[in-house]
Formats: sequence, structure tokens, C-alpha cells
Amino acid sequence: MDRPSTAIRVEGISKTFDTAAVLHDLSIDVRAGELLGLLGPSGSGKTTLLRIIAGLDAPDRGRILFGDDDATGLAVQERAVGFVFQHYALFKHMSVADNIAYGLNARRRADRPAKAEIKRRVGDLLDLIRLSGFGDRYPSQLSGGQRQRVALARALAVEPRVLLLDEPFGALDAQVRKDLRRWLREIHDRTGQTTIFVTHDQDEALELSDRVAVLDRGRLEQVGTPDEVQEHPASATVMKFLGDHVEVEALAEGGRVLVRGRETPVAAPAGTIGPVKLYVRPWQLQLAEPEAAHLSGTVRSSYRTQGRQRIEVVDIEGRVLAVEDFDGIRHPAGHPVGLRINGGHVFG
Amino acid sequence: MVETPRRKRTFRRPSVIPGFGLSFGYTLTCLGLIVLLPLAGLVAKASGLGLSGIWDVATDPRVSSALRLSFGVSAVAALVASVFGFLVAWVLTRYRFPGRKLVDAAVDLPFALPTAVAGIALASLYAPDGLLGAPLARLGIQAAYTPVGIFIAMVFIGLPFAVRTVQPLIAEIDKEIEEASATLGANRFATLTKVVLPPLIPAVLTGFAMAFARGVGEYGSIIFIAGNLPYVSEIAPLLIVIKLSEFDYGGAAAIATIMLGISFLTLLAINLIQTWSRRRFGYV
Amino acid sequence: MSEIFSPTVAPPVRAEPVASEGAATRTVLIGIAIAFLALFLVLPLIAVFTQAFSKGVEAFLAAFREPDAWSAIRLTLTVAAIAVPFNVVFGLAASWAIAKFEFPGKSLLITLIDLPFSVSPVVSGLIYVLLFGSQGLFGTWLVDHGIQVLFALPGIVLATVFVTFPFVARELIPLMQEQGSSEEEAALTLGASGLHAFRTVTLPNIRWGLLYSVLLCNARAMGEFGAVSVVSGHIRGLTNTIPLHVEILYNEYNFVAAFAVATLLAVLALITLVLKSFLEWRFAGELAHGRSH
Repeated sequence: MDRPSTAIRVEGISKTFDTAAVLHDLSIDVRAGELLGLLGPSGSGKTTLLRIIAGLDAPDRGRILFGDDDATGLAVQERAVGFVFQHYALFKHMSVADNIAYGLNARRRADRPAKAEIKRRVGDLLDLIRLSGFGDRYPSQLSGGQRQRVALARALAVEPRVLLLDEPFGALDAQVRKDLRRWLREIHDRTGQTTIFVTHDQDEALELSDRVAVLDRGRLEQVGTPDEVQEHPASATVMKFLGDHVEVEALAEGGRVLVRGRETPVAAPAGTIGPVKLYVRPWQLQLAEPEAAHLSGTVRSSYRTQGRQRIEVVDIEGRVLAVEDFDGIRHPAGHPVGLRINGGHVFG
Repeated sequence: MVETPRRKRTFRRPSVIPGFGLSFGYTLTCLGLIVLLPLAGLVAKASGLGLSGIWDVATDPRVSSALRLSFGVSAVAALVASVFGFLVAWVLTRYRFPGRKLVDAAVDLPFALPTAVAGIALASLYAPDGLLGAPLARLGIQAAYTPVGIFIAMVFIGLPFAVRTVQPLIAEIDKEIEEASATLGANRFATLTKVVLPPLIPAVLTGFAMAFARGVGEYGSIIFIAGNLPYVSEIAPLLIVIKLSEFDYGGAAAIATIMLGISFLTLLAINLIQTWSRRRFGYV
Repeated sequence: MSEIFSPTVAPPVRAEPVASEGAATRTVLIGIAIAFLALFLVLPLIAVFTQAFSKGVEAFLAAFREPDAWSAIRLTLTVAAIAVPFNVVFGLAASWAIAKFEFPGKSLLITLIDLPFSVSPVVSGLIYVLLFGSQGLFGTWLVDHGIQVLFALPGIVLATVFVTFPFVARELIPLMQEQGSSEEEAALTLGASGLHAFRTVTLPNIRWGLLYSVLLCNARAMGEFGAVSVVSGHIRGLTNTIPLHVEILYNEYNFVAAFAVATLLAVLALITLVLKSFLEWRFAGELAHGRSH
């Protein structure tokens, strides 16, 4: 199989706003046809990166390449990107159809498709976003989810090289979000359009993306498939950002990680010896007999959600440890328990 | 790693939106030629007289009497406009009654009606044989050709400022605050004086200052009703016109500078009120 | 027991909402407000019309048979036709620069644009006399080159532009700031040029605010008295605008004619108010908020 070609290359981008650095020497390759999620907490620089790729902001240094062409100096109009704004930025005074046709109508007469052709393209896009018959409505007459889809159709109408979405589901409520996520994935699978989207929601990034790029304070922490970043987080930051965890004081010795003198199944990174921090997910903890346990404490609460049992244990230092286990036994509050560590990560 | 040269620091924050140079340059050019240069000319003319020269003009009995009249009557008129303006704003935002929209639109009449038209209308109404002047005369009050007439014209011109500065704030008052006060046992009067009014004070003061500043500078709606008797009903702006017709440019510039200085102090006061209000109440 | 559960007549609902005054107080306050406005604002307006027609329709019409009246009307229209478009272009440029970009000193710039509002109309005229008058800064130069600014159309236009200078800008600046730049950015990403985006996105978004400000600007331009009075020289049939013509007629004790001509301006004011209220009612969402007069 061919190695996927690079659609967009971000090379050493730095950006400072006023005095605050937003992006530090950031590089990333976006593969042709992939759906890449830019994941990070607010202030991590992810939206700025998206705007720099689009040409809406200029980097202080570094380059943006589209394929083999340097696009750094290109004006936003020349980049042929489809940008979906967080709050959609639909043109309020234009009908849905006029919004979608805007990019085609904005072209110089020589490049502009004929009226009938524009009408046909708008019709196709309305079908694609399942809003056929809504062409004559105005944005104010649409629901949030419908506006989102119109914004997407408007961006797709110009047949962009890359589709850029800024927090595409940020302004929607939970159920609409879920539906639109699935729908965006479908559209992507059908069109094969190279797409980058920004989100601060881990579930959204992990569910939707082919690959996830985790950003923190203007630096790229890790790029990888959702499985890779979850199973092999590159740093404590990635680990922390991707979900609940417990930090446990541990000791690296002879290639293994020990907690309170007991061996765990976690391998220590090569060359790491001495005290380390072990990061453990709730499902990597299991209730155990004291003689087999790495940690101990008393049950604070126990409840079930959607087939899983979650137990909160308070250890001696007063920390709350979340455990996910399936033993199906009721654990009364105040009951002393031992916890066994079945996995985890240590970062060098 | 490929490095492009670091972008140079620019005056404005970089933006993809075009047209800054053109629009900014045009704005500054117009502002400079139409507003700043002529005002600088005034300041230059006045400073040619020196502080003592301006003082001489200001202490001339006729000038100082006109300045006292303009500022004094304007202060009283702004006070009356503020009180009734608050009442009107309250009634318009809080109560529903037939014709409310019409009354609301009428508040802007002094903005829309040219001052000369207002001036001759007020003069004919309050003249000793006028519709309102005659009954007032029977009460022993002569309105036209006295400071009373000036006061009436200044209330007319200042009222919209007093109404329109407080009206939006009254509209924004959260009814729940008043309801909370009521559930805590306060009667209506206590709720109004302790909960509703205090946050509105900055807006009322701003409205007062604007009405005051407008009244001091007003010309067209006053001169017809004022009668313009020196030492009695001659306002400062009229004195500027008189000095100009006598080709006393220096004297005119001196009076104008004094008036400008005081209206800038008023502007400054408005800004301070708003800064204080923003800090104290979180809004203007 | 059964009494408790049996349906009982509900206690009378309190008629007055908690957060309001009693009905009697309300009525009194509404009465005072309306009486005050009627006395101070509406009565003068009515007086204009009653005085104009006090000697009958024929006397009213006679005022418009004067050639001087027509030259005043022509001059006023000419002045407004120059001053208003000028301020529209200025207002568009200023609001574009201020609302779409970040730069230091922005609030100072806004204050300076607002400056003419806090200058007395008479002073607004005076400053041009000091520049262009015979003893003024450029006076001798202008005389030498045979250019007439004062007591002529250019002076009247300049004074009018000065007093109406902030009208369009101060409506459009907050409006554009509220609307932000994302629609323009969207247009640019779709390939539109800056000018195309301005024409197809920005202008339609501010059209009602622009119309609103043009209305107010025009009313002031046609009605300005103090500033124009200082620079015009009151030359009958030449440099008299409608308000100045009204003044002259009034000072000549030709009251009916003065009020007759004044009805033109009063009708203009009424039309302005009606359109302004209509815009505020119909397009409230598309006008600037947080604007003060």
C-alpha cells in the first residue's frame, strides 16, 4: 500500500500575541484524506494554529506548505481552504442558498461557474447536509445544528484543499452534538476531504479522528491514532488530558515499577531508576485482598452507571482514588479495601 | 528547521482584514482638517492673549454676567430636566399605557427639531401675550426676555439627554432584585430607595452633565425667548456672536476658550463618573 | 381531615405585582410625565403650525412666493447634499478602522471624533471665522487668491460638517464592534476580495444603522443654526439657509412667514422622528446598542 501523502505540512510555527507566546516552534504533517483532531485545553493554541493554516493569522516564524507549495505568503483568498467558524459566521442577510453559493459568486467572472451550475451545486450540497428545501430560509430561521451544517456546506462549496473546523460542535447541546459527530464522520468517509478540526473535548477527538494531535501551551505533545495516544501517551500531560487518573509514588528498579515494595505489571522506561510517578487509569485498578494490594483505603462511595461499577476509595493521605471494577459486589461506605494496580504509565 | 524572518512589530495588531491603512489614514486626515486644526486655531488665538488677557475678558462685567447667567441657569435647568427626565424614563420603561410608543418618540423632539424653530415657538408661547406667557404674567411671572425664558429653553434642549441616559439602565434592572427585596420584607419605598435607585445614580449624573453642557452652549432655541438684555438675559454664546460682529476676534476667542474649558471639565466629569460606575456597578 | 383535602376557594390573588407601584401611584406618575412632555415638548411643536396658519392658508402660502425663501431652501438642500455624504464616507472609514482593527490610542480617537458634540454651535462657527476670516490665520492668503470661504457656501458646508461630524461614526462604530469580524473572515476564506466582502457582507449588515445615522445627520445638517449663523454673513438670497431665513423673518416681525417657513423644518423633524422610531421598532437588532445621543 502507498504511504499516504502529506497534504499540509506545518513547519516550525511560532506565534506571539502582544507579549504572550501562543505557539512554540510547532511542526505537524497532515496526511491527505485524513480527519485530524487538534485536541487541547483552552489556551493551548489550537485555534490559532487552525487560523494560521487558513491564513487568517500570520505566524511570526515558520512555514505552511500545501502539498509541496509554500503557502506561508499566500493571502487567505488564495489558499482555498474551507473554514467553519465556531459560531458559524453565516451571513445573516442572505438565504441559506446564497450563503452556500457565496464563495462561487465571489470568483472573478472568468472563473465563476454559470448560474445554473451554481444552482445545481448548491442543490447537491443541500442534499448532502440533508437540508433540501431549506435553501430559501434565512440563518435566523434555523436551529443550531442546521446552521452548523449550512456553514459546512458553504465551506465545501468552493471545493477546498482542506476543511478546517473550529470547535465545530462547541455551541450545540449534547444530543445534537452526538448526531452531528456521526454525520461529520460519514461525510468525511464519503468525500475523503482532508479535514482538521479543533476541540477541547477528549471524547469528541477520540471518537471522530483518524489521528489526534494533543496540544498544550503552544507545544505539540503527541500525534497518533486514538488508540496510540490512549495506550501509549507520550507524556504526563497527554495522560492527564485524556481522562481520569491517579498519581502513585513508585520506584523504578530493574526494569520494573514497584509500589510499596510490590512489583506491578508496568515496565519502567529504559534507564529509569529510583523514585518515579506512576499514572494509573481507573480501569487499571482492581479491588484486591490486602496481601496482593499495592494501595489501601476505605470505600467512600460506590455506584453503577451503564454496566460499569465505579468505586471511590479514600486512601490514608485522604486522596480519592477512582476504581472501575466489575465484581458486582456492593461495597458499603467505610469498608476497608486493598487495590491492585494492573497497568499504568511512567514517563522518563 | 526553516525560519522565516521574524515579522516586524507593527503599530496595529496584524489582521487578515484589509484596508486599515486607507481607512485609518482617511479618518485621521478628516479629523485633523475638520476638527483638530480649527480647534487648535482657537486655542492659538486665545493663547495669543495670554492668561491675563483671557482673565481681563472674563472679568469684564458684561462678559462675567453672561457667563454666570449661562452656567447658573443651565445648572438649574439640567437639575429640573434630570428629575423629570428620570420620571419620564421610569414611566416609559416600567408602565404600559396607551400611546406609550408615541410619548417615547416625542422625547427625541428636541434632537430633531431645529433649534431656531424651537426658539421662535417658545418665544411666541411665552411672550407676555402668548398662550402660556399670558397666564404666567397674571401670576406675576414674566418668562420671555428674562432668565426664566432661558431656563425653559434649556429644559427643552436638555430633557432628551436626561431621559435617554437612564432609560436603558432602568430597562435592564432585573425584576428579581426587586422581588428579592420584597421577599426580604422591604416595602416598595424601601426597595426603590435602597435597591433600585443607587445603581442608577451614575447614569442620572451623566445625564445631568450632558444636559448641563448642552445648555451652556445652546444658542438657537434661547436667543429668541431671552430678549438678550445685557446684564439680564444675555447668554455667553450670544456675546461671542456680538464680539465677532464687532470684529473683536480676540474677545470672542477668549469667551469661547473659557466655555470650551468648562465643557471639557464636564466631559472629564462624565468620564470619571463612568469609570467609577464601571468599577462600582460593573456597567456604565 | 376531609376539609383539608376538599377543594376550597382559592384566596384572592394579589392584583399588584410585587415589583411595581400601586395603580394609583402609576396613574399619577404617568399623568405627570405626559403633562410635562406635552407642556415642554409638544406644545412648542403645535405652536409652529398654529402660528403659521394664524392668518389663514393664503398668508401661509405667501411666505413661499418669496424668491429668498426658495434660495434658502436650495442652499439648505445643497449643504446637506454635500455634508451628509461626506460624513457617510468618513463614518464608514472611521468605523472600519476602529471596529475591525486593534491599535493603541483607539479610545482617544473615539473621544476626538465625538468632540464636536461637546462644542457649542456658536464656537463651532467661530473656529472657522478665526481660520478664514479677514483677520484669520489664512484670511490674507485667501483674499489674495480671491477665494471666498466665509460668508459663502464653503464656510457653511464646513461648519455643517463640523457639527454633524460624529453622527455616522458613533452609530457605526459600536454596531460594527458588536458584529465582530467573523463574517468578513468567512467571506475572505471563501475567496472574496476585501472590497467584495465589504460590499456583500459588511454593508448589508450595517445598512439599517447607516440609514438611521444618515437620518439624524441630515436633520441636524438641515436644521443647524448657531454655527451656520456665525459663518454665513446672513446675505439674503445668497447665504441664508432655511433656519437663518426663519430668523430674519422673525426679527422683521414677519411672524406668519417665519413660522410658515419653519413648518418645513418641523415637518422634516416629524418625518425624521417617525422613520427613526420605525427603524428602532423594526430593526432594533440591527442598530447599535450602548449608543448615547
